[in-house]
Formats: sequence, structure tokens, C-alpha cells
Amino acid sequence: MNQEDTSCCSCNTDLVQPLCNCNEQVKPSTEIRTTTSTITFANKVDHFFARWGVNRMGHRVVPGLYQIGTPIPTSPVIVTANYTLSFDAVRSVLAGISCYILVLDTKGINVWCAAGKGTFGTDELVRRIELTKLTSFIEHRSLILPQLGAPGISAHEVQRKSGFRVEYAPIRARDLPEYLSTHKTTPEMRRIQFSFMDRLFVTPIEVVHIALPLVVVALILYFLVGGLGVIAAISAVLAGTILFPTLLPFIPTQDFSTKGFILGGIVAFPIAVSFGSDHTLPLLENILAALTALLIMPAVTAYLALNFTGSTTFTSRTGVKKEIFQYVPFMAMMAGSGIALAILLGLLRFTGGI
Amino acid sequence: MFNSYTENTLRYYPERCINCRRCTQVCPHRVFAEGEHHAELIQPSKCMECGACALNCPVQAIEVQSGVGCAWAMIIAALRGKDMDSCSCGGEVGSCCQEQNEPSTCCDVK
Repeated sequence: MNQEDTSCCSCNTDLVQPLCNCNEQVKPSTEIRTTTSTITFANKVDHFFARWGVNRMGHRVVPGLYQIGTPIPTSPVIVTANYTLSFDAVRSVLAGISCYILVLDTKGINVWCAAGKGTFGTDELVRRIELTKLTSFIEHRSLILPQLGAPGISAHEVQRKSGFRVEYAPIRARDLPEYLSTHKTTPEMRRIQFSFMDRLFVTPIEVVHIALPLVVVALILYFLVGGLGVIAAISAVLAGTILFPTLLPFIPTQDFSTKGFILGGIVAFPIAVSFGSDHTLPLLENILAALTALLIMPAVTAYLALNFTGSTTFTSRTGVKKEIFQYVPFMAMMAGSGIALAILLGLLRFTGGI
Repeated sequence: MFNSYTENTLRYYPERCINCRRCTQVCPHRVFAEGEHHAELIQPSKCMECGACALNCPVQAIEVQSGVGCAWAMIIAALRGKDMDSCSCGGEVGSCCQEQNEPSTCCDVK
């Protein structure tokens, strides 16, 4: 693969674009890069690290025009983002198909999120058409865009500004070959899914995001409460970051927060029973310990569950805002009460009991 | 009950529709369906306010206050004294989702 960068940046010109931001000065170039549909071991390693949030902004492909196979001037042009997972998802389904891939500079962000931010947008698309001198490679004036890029693209504006007609391909890359041959879609191809595997794939980043605070809290709890405190912290967090996404459709109610409270309550119950079953302690201390777990753990799980809204494909901003105002104060109240109880419990034990 | 997602900001003006069917192509939740004379709004409550339909409607027959339904980004924005509605997801320098070059936890691997 040609690894040269057409940008003006003096940063290194590796395949993965460096973090330079001088795109405004990039000069037009007829350079075309070559790629294949093969996903190598190195690509898979990159995907693994991307999913685990390692070097988060480093999973980039150089923006520009790529050819796959031996395209001719009538070959289709497929547009995607310069995030390696997006680019690789597209090219991996194009085995035996000759076409062009126009990679927009989305700063290493996937199509959906970049469209939401506008970096996968009308201006960048029109600009990239000009920068790559796309019209010198093709006869037609048609672009195939991912459907999930539509929140950033105004098809009629693209046509007005560049002369290119926009077609929206199906949501899933796997349906692209069929679309390229028929230019037709089924309703199912247009409808987004959030399958078990989809939900599972986004759990690592949820875990990574909370890992450091969890380690700190677990260490503190270990010295203050012991092993059971560590188990409680880990259980509440894993319930919110792994159990919740995987069980999402099966947990009652629609709101993420209430789902989180339910799941957190279920996970907290055995922990609370364990906390409240220390026969060497007075009954009141056992009750306080159990109550502490029942107050803090569901609040933590519910908060993490609410945060999962950003990873889903169906929560509206209006709804999420409503959830925040409705449930976050309740979560804070529960967690605050639980912490107050824990402090009271500690004081009781420190001062020699009730 | 316990469903905050029944209302949204989607507004449709069928009298303006020229039946170009763009909205039916871009909507990932089949909020719109093809009609004989104009697009039909069949599942308004399914709208996630992504804004794709409104942005791709050439005659402004659809309006929606588009934005990202990401609690984490909105809470961070609120904590930093920023407008919750102006916050986006996906990460970029200056975004309220993150400090530097880190994308937010939300939706960046979809």
C-alpha cells in the first residue's frame, strides 16, 4: 500500500495519519493509493486495540482516494471515514470488486460519530472530491455513502456544490456487494440493529473507561472493608459495563436508569446478604452494612447504565436529557446516603459499637 | 411509565414534501415510510434525533433539533458549565466530551 501522505504536515507520513491539523493547506493531488480486501493479522491487532481504547486517536487511515482491484472510469466510488475499523469494514467486503474508496478526514472517528460531529460532512466531502481530483479518475458523477453518514451529509448540497449525486448504501458493510450490483435495498438493510454481538463489542471500552477509578475504589475498600468490599465494587461496575449491555433488551422498563437500578439491585442483593450476615457483629451493624450495599451498588450500576446511552443506536437527546434530570438526583441521593451510612458504620466500629 | 423516549423534537410538514424519499433512505429506524404522494410519518416515537432526515430533505419538510443522546457527554458538559445541548460525542480537541485528543467513551466503536 502506498503510504505517502498528501498533507502539508511535516509529521511522519505513515499509513496511520499523525495528529496534525493543517488540512486547510493540503494541496490537491492526483495520487491514488492501492488497497486490498485482505484483513491482515496486523489489522486484526489494530482492531483489537481500537476496541479496547488503546491509542484512541491513532487508528487512522490517510484520507484520500484509494483503489481496490482494477477500477475503470465507470467504477463506483464508495465514501468512508479514516477510522481503521470503518475503512477495513468496507474494504473487507469488496473482494473481487473493483472500485474506488474515498476516505474522508474524520480525525480517526467512525462514520456515525463523525457524522454527528459534522466531520463526516458535506464540506469535507466536497473538499475531498476536489483535493483528490476525483473527476480525473471517473466519468460518472455518483458517490456511494454509508447510510449512517447521513446525519452529517446534505445530499442536495453535495450535488449543488460538487455536481456529485449521493446514494446512500445499506447500513451494514456486508450488504454493500449486493447493493453495488442491484442499487436496491430492502427495509431490513436500512434498519439499524443493536444485536448481542454489537453490544458485546462495545463493552471493552466501557470497562476501560471505568477501570482506573474502579481500581482506586477497590483498593480503598479493601483496606476499609476487606475482600467483600472489593467484590461489591467490582460487581456493581461489571453489572453496569458488561451485564447491562449484554442483557439490555431483556431488562424490564425502557429507561436505561431504571434498567440499571433493577440490575444493580439484583446484583447487590447477595452482596447485601453477605454484608448483613456477620454473626460476630450486632444486628444493627449488620443491617446498616446491608443497607449500604443496597444503596450504593444499584446507584453505581444505574449511573453506568445511563452512560451506555451514548453507545447505543436508538436513544434521542431529548430522552437522555429527560433521564438525566429525572434519575441522576436520585442516584446521587442513594449513593450519598449509602456513603453516609458507611461512614456511620465505620464510626460505630471505631468507637466500639453501639 | 419509565420511558423517557416517547417524545422528541421531530416535526414533519407533509404539505411541503416532494416525495423524493430521501428520508426513508436515511432513517435507520424507519420513522418514515414511502407514501403515494408524500412520505408518511409512521413511527415518530422511534426518532433518535440524529438529524439525517432533516439535513437531507431538500424542501425543509422535516425539522428536528439534532444531537447526540449520550448521557456521559451531557453530564460532563453540565459539570463544566457548558450547554448540555451543544455537546457532541466522538471526541475532538475542545469537545466537552474529553480533555485532549481522546474520544468520549460513547459510540466511538459503532
